[in-house]
Amino acid sequence: MSNLKLHFDVPGDDFTRAGEASGKVKKTLKDLGFNPEVVRKTVIALYEAEINLVIHAGGGEIDVEISPECIDMVLTDQGPGIPDVALAMKEGYSTAPDNVRSLGFGAGMGLPNIKKYTDDMKIDSVVGEGTTMYLKVFTN
Amino acid sequence: MKVYEIKEILDAEVICGEEFMDRDVFTACGSDMMSDVLAYVKEQAVLLSGLVNPQVVRTAEMMDMQCIVFVRGKQPDQGIIDLAKDRDIVLMTTKQAMFASCGMLYEKGLRGGAMK
Repeated sequence: MSNLKLHFDVPGDDFTRAGEASGKVKKTLKDLGFNPEVVRKTVIALYEAEINLVIHAGGGEIDVEISPECIDMVLTDQGPGIPDVALAMKEGYSTAPDNVRSLGFGAGMGLPNIKKYTDDMKIDSVVGEGTTMYLKVFTN
Repeated sequence: MKVYEIKEILDAEVICGEEFMDRDVFTACGSDMMSDVLAYVKEQAVLLSGLVNPQVVRTAEMMDMQCIVFVRGKQPDQGIIDLAKDRDIVLMTTKQAMFASCGMLYEKGLRGGAMK
């Protein structure tokens, strides 16, 4: 079986649609018969990352590659970048504006949650140019 | 606990998902902060929230949650209801506040589940 590749453009101006891509990935993984725990870990991490694209980066792109062994996700944006990735990874640290908190996010849990639910996480970020996040979840 | 028992205990009004009232719910989570909900693994849980926006339904979707109860009499708009219907998630609203709602369900045996 060749690997299944999915691509999504995530609009940055519509918070109500944030999570659409993650929902579609969830359906695909479920339909392919992956273990429910693997599906949940993958989509929770992806959903947090998708929310980040919308609230911090003005949107971006998501590429998902699904193989029998692992699920690779790459999220790319041309947003402001993350000046200090180590600081951003700390639980409770957030730069989200108040209006994002009123929507139920921005508590500084996004990146820690992503790390918790993935087997590998890497962030390449250049201030003023954008951020690329690489996520991997093993299926076994 | 069954979903219909939650409806009875909280004297809640069912907004959608009437056909799923017989589902089993093992744990509950009460929060307005969706990232906190996403931080904890819950098996077949009910989500109680005072937050009313599409991300509450999406969060429940990602977590495989069975049912959402909006507290303090909050009513979701049609877009939120359609999203929940499409995902087979039960929506209810209760006039009870968050603290009272959680307490009433806890008293009847529902627990918070393990935190990971």
